[in-house]
Amino acid sequence: MLDEPLRQSGGYIGQSVPRREDRNLLLGKGQFVADIQLPGMLHVAFARSPLAHATIGTVDVDSALAINGVHFAASGSDVCAELPPINGMQVVTPQGWRDRVDTDILIPDQPLVPEDRVRYVGEAYAMVAADSRYIAEDALEQIEVEFEPLPPLPDAESALKDDAVLVHEQLGRNVAALLHTRKGDGADAMESCPHRLSRRFVHHRYAAMPMETRGVVAEYDGRTDTLTVWSSTQVVHWVRREISTALEMPEERIRCVAPDVGGGFGGKGHVYPEDILVAWLAKKLRRPIKWVEDRHEHILNAAHSRDNIYDVEIGFDDRGKIHVVTSSFIVDSGAYTPVGAGIAGNSIAHMLGPYDIPHYETDCKVVLTNRTPNAPYRGAGRPEVGFAMERAVDIVANHLDLDPAVVRFRNMIPPEAMPYDVGLTYRDGVPMVYDSGDYPEALRRALDALGGLEVIRKRQKDAWANGKYLGLGLGCYVEGTGVGPFEGATIKIDSTGKIMVATGACPQGQGHETVFAQFAADMWHVPIEDVYVTVADTADITLGYGTIASRSTVTASGAIKIASDKIQEKALTIAANMLEVGEADLEMRDAGVGVVGIPDMHVTWREIACAAKPGWDNQRPIGVDAGLEATSYYEPPTVTWAYAANAALVWIDTDTGKLEIEKYVEVHDAGVLVNPGLADGQVKGGLVQGLGGALLEELAYDEQGQLLTGSFADYLMPTASDVPPIEVLHMETPSPLNVFGVKGLGEGGAIAPPVVIANAVCDALRPFKAELNSTPVRWQDIAAITENADRQQNMRADQEA
Amino acid sequence: MKPASFSYLLPKTVPEAVKMIAEHSGDARFIAGGQSLVPMMNFRLARPSVLIDLNRIPDLSYIKDRGDYIAVGAMTRERMIENSDIVRDMCPLVHDATLNIAHLPIRSRGTIGGSISNADPAAEYPATMLALDAFMVAKSERGEREIGAADFFDGVLSTSLEADEILTEVRIPKAPANSGSAFIEISRRQGDYALAGIAAQVTLDDDENIIGIQLAACGVGPGPVRLNQVEDGVRGTTLTAEILSNAKEAATAAVDPEGDVHATAAYRRKLTGVMTERALRKAVLRAVGKK
Ligand SMILES: Cc1cc2nc3c(=O)[nH]c(=O)nc-3n(C[C@H](O)[C@H](O)[C@H](O)COP(=O)(O)OP(=O)(O)OC[C@H]3O[C@@H](n4cnc5c(N)ncnc54)[C@H](O)[C@@H]3O)c2cc1C
Repeated sequence: MLDEPLRQSGGYIGQSVPRREDRNLLLGKGQFVADIQLPGMLHVAFARSPLAHATIGTVDVDSALAINGVHFAASGSDVCAELPPINGMQVVTPQGWRDRVDTDILIPDQPLVPEDRVRYVGEAYAMVAADSRYIAEDALEQIEVEFEPLPPLPDAESALKDDAVLVHEQLGRNVAALLHTRKGDGADAMESCPHRLSRRFVHHRYAAMPMETRGVVAEYDGRTDTLTVWSSTQVVHWVRREISTALEMPEERIRCVAPDVGGGFGGKGHVYPEDILVAWLAKKLRRPIKWVEDRHEHILNAAHSRDNIYDVEIGFDDRGKIHVVTSSFIVDSGAYTPVGAGIAGNSIAHMLGPYDIPHYETDCKVVLTNRTPNAPYRGAGRPEVGFAMERAVDIVANHLDLDPAVVRFRNMIPPEAMPYDVGLTYRDGVPMVYDSGDYPEALRRALDALGGLEVIRKRQKDAWANGKYLGLGLGCYVEGTGVGPFEGATIKIDSTGKIMVATGACPQGQGHETVFAQFAADMWHVPIEDVYVTVADTADITLGYGTIASRSTVTASGAIKIASDKIQEKALTIAANMLEVGEADLEMRDAGVGVVGIPDMHVTWREIACAAKPGWDNQRPIGVDAGLEATSYYEPPTVTWAYAANAALVWIDTDTGKLEIEKYVEVHDAGVLVNPGLADGQVKGGLVQGLGGALLEELAYDEQGQLLTGSFADYLMPTASDVPPIEVLHMETPSPLNVFGVKGLGEGGAIAPPVVIANAVCDALRPFKAELNSTPVRWQDIAAITENADRQQNMRADQEA
Repeated sequence: MKPASFSYLLPKTVPEAVKMIAEHSGDARFIAGGQSLVPMMNFRLARPSVLIDLNRIPDLSYIKDRGDYIAVGAMTRERMIENSDIVRDMCPLVHDATLNIAHLPIRSRGTIGGSISNADPAAEYPATMLALDAFMVAKSERGEREIGAADFFDGVLSTSLEADEILTEVRIPKAPANSGSAFIEISRRQGDYALAGIAAQVTLDDDENIIGIQLAACGVGPGPVRLNQVEDGVRGTTLTAEILSNAKEAATAAVDPEGDVHATAAYRRKLTGVMTERALRKAVLRAVGKK
């Protein structure tokens, strides 16, 4: 399906072109929101709730206003009097999905600053604007507020109790969404299975922790009645849409830009109250306004993620062939659910992974609690469900005394079965069909990269014989990537003949400017230097979707292609006119169009662009309108399916429970790699985040709903010295769904590490018959396993004596 | 996370600093490397109205051999201690302990005086000074005094320094001949404060009997903990497997840590035993290796 001329041009696609973004960043010339300084700018700070759940009484901001340098202070009721809440469901699901998955969804709207009630520690209840952030924080201390504490709901299970208070009374329940889906005979298939096992799996709460926190700067121009908003976001067009709604301004009068963004990982993938509040205040006070989230605020208030409990039952035969999986899971969504049931929808769709399992049934509750709102974080529902499923596969293997690798091979969809109809519906409303790939081969390569299964097992036996513990952890997944609904691209060829590309994608470090330039350079047969790429600016493209969900390479390349095709068709007509030949004799080459076989007969894009201009002496054929520019929207038919096999070797020190990863391997297939170097970096970065979640990062709450890990002293990010030896191997099975054969890969790396580590630990400790079915994997829990076993052994020895 | 406002003083000499703290006693804080104090100020957990910056007092940064002990000026950076031959040769336990502190950029700013005055229960230096029976020199307008480590550390982030006193020097006895030492800790990430750590120094006689033993723990109490009972069980013995195992058990029993998000109390207690066993073994091996 690959566009042959593209490949033949020996072009840029497939090459590790160095990132054009890096020059500025490495010279310290990047521009992040915090770097923006405007004359007369005021700084905003928010008063944030110290309580998880409380009624707000009077909020007195007068003493705050009295401080020198303070220009504005407002309580929740001041804000609510002027601004509507933010739409509870920023992403709408298509009818096709709602029809095929049973849903019952009640999503609460989110007040920008609540007037009646705070619902999590960190939720704003007042705001101030001052000459500096220092003064603003001084002013916060002067705000007097009366809270009437309500019983806190510190987790999903307490929120589901019959007598639980309601987080949002108007909903009448603490469940934002109920989902149910079924394949084959569903749970009914369980009865005929020779073996059944049930387990509970818990995937704890952790979150995107970008190096750059969130931040917003806004400036209002009264003369033109326009707003410019710089936000550290992954979705500039959503931010513009929500500001437009709240301020009742036309979208076209609002420009939203994401300048350099220092990481997002999903945490910046939706609109937050601050985006709107800062824009509102800039217009209201007619002064530039800045808010930069500090790290403590980020940990408290930027979306958290994961935090699921799965009850799984699995039915299988003597050979380890899995016939049926059922699961019932709850998602602790926190106080609001900015992307609705999206994450849970992902989990439902991804449970069966690379396996051919005929029967499946699942139901899910998305539960409102007094925790920080939950939104997608790299992986978005897949690490959670992957943890449950891939632990379950290992448990099946242990139960039958089979190797977990063997059980995986026995259940995997073979390459001959591609494309494979899963029998479920994706959240874009389209029936799920795995498009291409060789899952068993990925697992084989992963095992080989660790020395091969036989060698691994021999090393493990030797270790056990010497009182040492070595384990093999496996984790396989598939990942729907490049999801719709659309992405946009505007292409313009200006009179210099350079190719201008703008898309709705909003990179946060991925290297989009480089990758999109690679695409465009090949499509236009020009040196890559001739391509200018603009991203993350609503001024450059009317409609865009943004960079979330491993989607931009797939969707933006499609849009760039359609827009380019449109212009090229016209350009060829004009070139034919200029060269006085038929269009059929033309080809694109050497930064322009030439006559096939006649090197001298050639016009450049520059010449064609001049010829295409409106005005006197243009060279357009009659009936061809002026200009070389087009905007197009690519609406992908459905998702492309990336996949991977992960394997790791882990040593356990049974005295302390400390684990050491000898080597971690991921074999990843995202179709054609546009820029292998960047692809590799994406997977590795994701792996490190996954390992952080597996072992270190935790948003822990106490029973009062207080966050216990509110700074980097307690929320432990993996640092360079915590990264084990990692090897990433790429397979490249093209996707048949787009002309470039690409699939998405932004999230993949983060999906498997938690389960790989848990599986490795359990595998190493098989002599103790231990199971670790929750994250994070803690040394103290490992130590407890071995200690208890020691104790039992001693007791047994005592009894025998 | 911006500090509350404060005024800033920059003394050039110790007497000047002493005078300033006397004038503002109560509202003033010294700032050394700032690695502990600045985060506290940013969270507004510490809000001194006067900050006295010790970074421009050259006389406070030195490592000197004074015969029986080495003297380390309070403003000596952890990094300088790490690289000091005097420290490595004469007080190897201090060298070992330093390698466990944080990361290079933090050690390049953080000071021994700051660490000891801050008295974080999980920090390496307080436990090391307690194990080695070091002395702290404190100055005020009232004069100078020398405080033994056992009297210096008293509880969480608390010392016997008076509000008008500055810590100027730490005096660390040199390791005896035939001694060996080890600092062993476990932390969730490399460079983190210890979940449990042990500073150990042993001295052997010619028959490899342990005639001197100094053991202290960090991370497992309100302050550094001297493990006297463990010492008693080991002193006068040769290190057999049984003695080691007893020491491990005794250390486990000797501490009463609190649990937190990073580790339960039980786990910390268990680790204290394991670290004790490992530190003792390593210290004795090193002592034997020296002969
Ligand atoms: C990420 C990170 C990790 C760290 N990890 C570790 C670790 O693993 N182990 C460890 O031990 N430490 C660790 N630290 C702390 C580090 O060692 C600090 O440098 C040290 O604890 C304080 O030293 P300082 O010079 O920075 O003191 P400051 O922060 O400047 O001061 C600390 C306190 O001591 C007081 N003070 C300072 N000097 C004097 C003086 N001469 N007389 C009287 N009072 C004084 C100050 O008023 C203040 O109250 C870490 C720090 C960070 C930021």
